[in-house]
Amino acid sequence: MPTYLDFEKPIADLEGKIAELRHQGSGDSAGIDIADEVAKLQAKVERQIRTTYTKLTAWQRVQVARHPERPHAKHYIAGLVEEFTPLAGDRGFAEDAAIMGGLGRIAGRPAMIIGQEKGDDTESRVKHNFGMVKPEGYRKAQRLMQLADRFGLPVVTFVDTAGAYPGIDAEERGQGEAIARSIEVCLDLRVPLVSLVIGEGGSGGAIAIAAANRVLMMEHSVYSVITPEGCASILWRSAEKAQEAAEAMRMTSDDLKKLAICDEIVPEPVGGAHRDPAAAVKAAGDAIARHLADLENLDGDTVRRARRDKFLAMGQVGL
Amino acid sequence: MNWLTNFIPPKLKALVARKEAPENLWLKCPACEQMLFHRDLDANQQVCNHCGHHLRVRPLQRLPHLFDGGKYEVHTVPKPIVDPLKFRDQKRYIDRLKEAQSQAGPGGDGIVVASGQMEGQPAVVAIFDFGFMGGSMGMAVGEGVVTAARIAVQKKAPLILFSASGGARMQEGILSLMQMPRTTIAVREVKEAGLPYIVVLTDPTTGGVTASLAMLGDIHIAEPGSLIGFSGQRVTQAAIRETPPPDFQRAEFQYKHGMVDLVVHRHELRKTLARITAILMKRPAAEAA
Repeated sequence: MPTYLDFEKPIADLEGKIAELRHQGSGDSAGIDIADEVAKLQAKVERQIRTTYTKLTAWQRVQVARHPERPHAKHYIAGLVEEFTPLAGDRGFAEDAAIMGGLGRIAGRPAMIIGQEKGDDTESRVKHNFGMVKPEGYRKAQRLMQLADRFGLPVVTFVDTAGAYPGIDAEERGQGEAIARSIEVCLDLRVPLVSLVIGEGGSGGAIAIAAANRVLMMEHSVYSVITPEGCASILWRSAEKAQEAAEAMRMTSDDLKKLAICDEIVPEPVGGAHRDPAAAVKAAGDAIARHLADLENLDGDTVRRARRDKFLAMGQVGL
Repeated sequence: MNWLTNFIPPKLKALVARKEAPENLWLKCPACEQMLFHRDLDANQQVCNHCGHHLRVRPLQRLPHLFDGGKYEVHTVPKPIVDPLKFRDQKRYIDRLKEAQSQAGPGGDGIVVASGQMEGQPAVVAIFDFGFMGGSMGMAVGEGVVTAARIAVQKKAPLILFSASGGARMQEGILSLMQMPRTTIAVREVKEAGLPYIVVLTDPTTGGVTASLAMLGDIHIAEPGSLIGFSGQRVTQAAIRETPPPDFQRAEFQYKHGMVDLVVHRHELRKTLARITAILMKRPAAEAA
């Protein structure tokens, strides 16, 4: 049973009808009539999905970005990375499964892959801490990025987190320092760094692995300085104003492209990545391959300088 | 009560009667609740004479105590675009900004950049102003850090950052988040020029400022009792549903957990900073003042 978002009710109704008809049709011999009806409804549902998804509000985008069936880092890795060899641990304290990382080949190129994984059922969500990275996770990311740097491997990161983990233990182990250092390592790399926001780009937790040469965003992903709920509870003093906060913060891929934060929007299948994960993953792979090819002939100093200049220049265009 | 207050009718009394302790002359210490006279506080660099609590100070109160003879130069910071997102919550951001600017220090936003001599050693400082929209880091503050770093490299002087911030300036959305990498690059360039980058963590330093330039110092000094951390305490409490220990995210907690080199009394800051930077720069010790 697929998960429908609140604004997808008309779609859910139509798809429910189709399922019902199919169920009836499987029993008796009136199959042809039903097939005809199903085809009509199918066309209707497709139109409905298209119209719904061409005019999503910022808040609806947030909902799509958090959709439980949306492909996660592990799906992108499975679909795009050959010979993926996971690597674990920060060598100081622990392994943090909220950050997946490892060696592999992407678009035929040896590379280091790092991704934030949220998990997709209760068990895996707990294992991956809902994608909320702890200091040891950021230190693991630093270690892997530095390893890539030493061997001249480009780094690809998949960003998907509501934010860094805010617990007491994370504070004790220096969450702030871990994120800060991770940003510094990103900016120090003499190898290309390409980041793709696949779901939620949540604040410092996201930029820690996304201070990249190229920042790509899946069409329905979002990227912001704080969650809309957090912003609403601070500025509106009510978490219920999250929808307004989502609009005001300009967190969709289109807005971020206009602000020159996002370099390219990767189009998603009609109705969002969760309706056709394989197609979404493939589109992402094509975009990543293009950017890696674009950056691969630059020498280390140039690639680092270009990354720094890009961030220093940010904020010269408003909306 | 004296004959005068008894004798004079209420309307006239309002004209004649002396107001109670005029505002701002007396202040209650937030820690020990003793009353503090403003002149004593000024003389004591806003440290409570009774319990030693370090009160929050604005950049202009701090600057004279940092530099020899109280002499320093304030540097202008290039102005970024104002209100890039045309942000509005319950109020327009542009109006909030104007309101804050009416009481801002030099620079007109949440940071002041200055340079001068510290015990005979040149130094560039960037001081966050918590009094300006909670010291939140938006584009103007980021530009201040970038400017301070460039001046430090130009003058071949150490960069000293005094952090005091609630985190990112939410009203500038993603552009405020981008100040984390921008300021990281700025201080990185100071380090790459072979110059010390020292951070003085003051009350409070949280959020995106902690998770970027404030935790990247060659040396971290904290003022006693300062709140220093990444997550806000309410967020942490909501996330874990337990009450944090009493010293949670205080300077001493951060010292215990290895995030801070030294906890230094405000009165000792200038000497400590001058001593450390002179050693790092292999300069002779400052003459005993």
